[in-house]
Amino acid sequence: MREFGYQRAYDVSGAVALLDGDREARFLGGGTNLVDLMKTGVERPARLVDVTELPLNRVEETADGGLRIGATVTNSDLAAHPEIRRRYPALTQAVLAGASGQLRNMATVGGNLLQRTRCGYFTDVNSPCNKRVPGSGCPAIEGEHHNHAVLGASDHCVATHPSDMGVALAAFDARVSYETAAGPGELPLTDLYLPVGETPHLETALPPGALITGVTLPATATAAHSRYRKVRERASYAFAIGSVAAALDVRDGHVHDVRLAFGAVASRPWRARTAERVLTGAPADAGNFAAAADAELTAARPLPHNGYKVTLMRNLVVAVLSELAEEAAR
Amino acid sequence: MPPSTSSDLTLSVNGEKYALTVDHRTTLLDALRERLDLTGTKKGCDQGQCGACTVLVDGRRKVACLHLAVAAEGREITTIEGVAEGERLHPVQQAFLDLDGFQCGYCTPGQICSAIAVIEEHAAGWPSAVTGDVRPEAGPPPLTPEEIRERMSGNLCRCGAYVSIVQAVARAAQETNGAAA
Repeated sequence: MREFGYQRAYDVSGAVALLDGDREARFLGGGTNLVDLMKTGVERPARLVDVTELPLNRVEETADGGLRIGATVTNSDLAAHPEIRRRYPALTQAVLAGASGQLRNMATVGGNLLQRTRCGYFTDVNSPCNKRVPGSGCPAIEGEHHNHAVLGASDHCVATHPSDMGVALAAFDARVSYETAAGPGELPLTDLYLPVGETPHLETALPPGALITGVTLPATATAAHSRYRKVRERASYAFAIGSVAAALDVRDGHVHDVRLAFGAVASRPWRARTAERVLTGAPADAGNFAAAADAELTAARPLPHNGYKVTLMRNLVVAVLSELAEEAAR
Repeated sequence: MPPSTSSDLTLSVNGEKYALTVDHRTTLLDALRERLDLTGTKKGCDQGQCGACTVLVDGRRKVACLHLAVAAEGREITTIEGVAEGERLHPVQQAFLDLDGFQCGYCTPGQICSAIAVIEEHAAGWPSAVTGDVRPEAGPPPLTPEEIRERMSGNLCRCGAYVSIVQAVARAAQETNGAAA
């Protein structure tokens, strides 16, 4: 591991000033991904600015009835928060579906959003990887890609974003707040991640040196009727091969409002707006749920070994929406 | 001027203060084992995937292999050496002994530290990934074997002593707060 300097920040402006836009410096949250990547040489920062002591560790009510989650709230505290469990249950389920109890106690909301892909070629510094070394190639396209992207990928990178939490946040129209030396900013979570295109090494729309300070969930009654379901290769403590966050409001047997986002199928949490459009106003039945999933998945471009994900996602959408519709009918 | 790559710091472990100088690259795990001679905390994978290095930091279970030692300053760390009260074993330790919650024992310190926290997390009403209804109105789920397995899934046991581990955690939870189902 490369030697590095370490400083602890105690307020937001101080953290941004300490980082000072230095491309060789990184903010340190829980460290569950960054420290791991430093051990393998994927990340080689010259300085770390520890942000875990910043006063951003609370979940607060917003004026419009939503919730604002501070960036240093741990995954554990987020999942256990009574108002998250009551008003956005799929968010609690998504967070609890990720990692282990130990890692959730360390990991922060800000860090979760900025964690890197677990693509085996990205994490192996001896492999080419366009995300890690631009222009070096993508061995996954011809190689091991059974758990890679089927939506929104390119000829340059087919890696997926590993976050479970982000999938639920995307479904609920979360907005990401950040601070820079020039002042604060905000953007929808669905715009946080850049399209892959020819520049997979450019991952987020955050300005250089920006610190994520929080995530805001708007008030939405539909979110109280929500669910996250994750499929993985073992029963617990593994990344998804496919996941769905869904919220459904059924009135008189018809879909009044629906929110749908997919995980582990793209370089970002994938908000399924096409499926939402197809479903809105339609009778809430399995046939329409399948049709909506198919409409979304017409954009899928599977590789030889991950075509199963298209079927998997279709079945997940039908199962999760059917369960929510049944609950609504009770 | 390049930043300093080491720091003088004080670590608080099991109620004792230790002053030491660490290279910033030192993990809490390596500081405990190599600098403080507290070798009860084990190094398994060293990449946050096995749980053998689980310790309690300010009462929360964490993996020491991904925790930088320098970032642990000012926090209270409890390792397996610090969970008993004198000669009286912690109820989780006693349950692991009584019910053979191990075979080779290498993962055991991490399993026990994790289980201590699992029992507290459950008592605090935290749901898990297998909890059917996570809404607070649903109340805390009974600590069934399924709940224990999910909550302990961050601790791998290559001997496969899971059956006894689940029984030991259930009994310790029952003794601690009557929680096991």
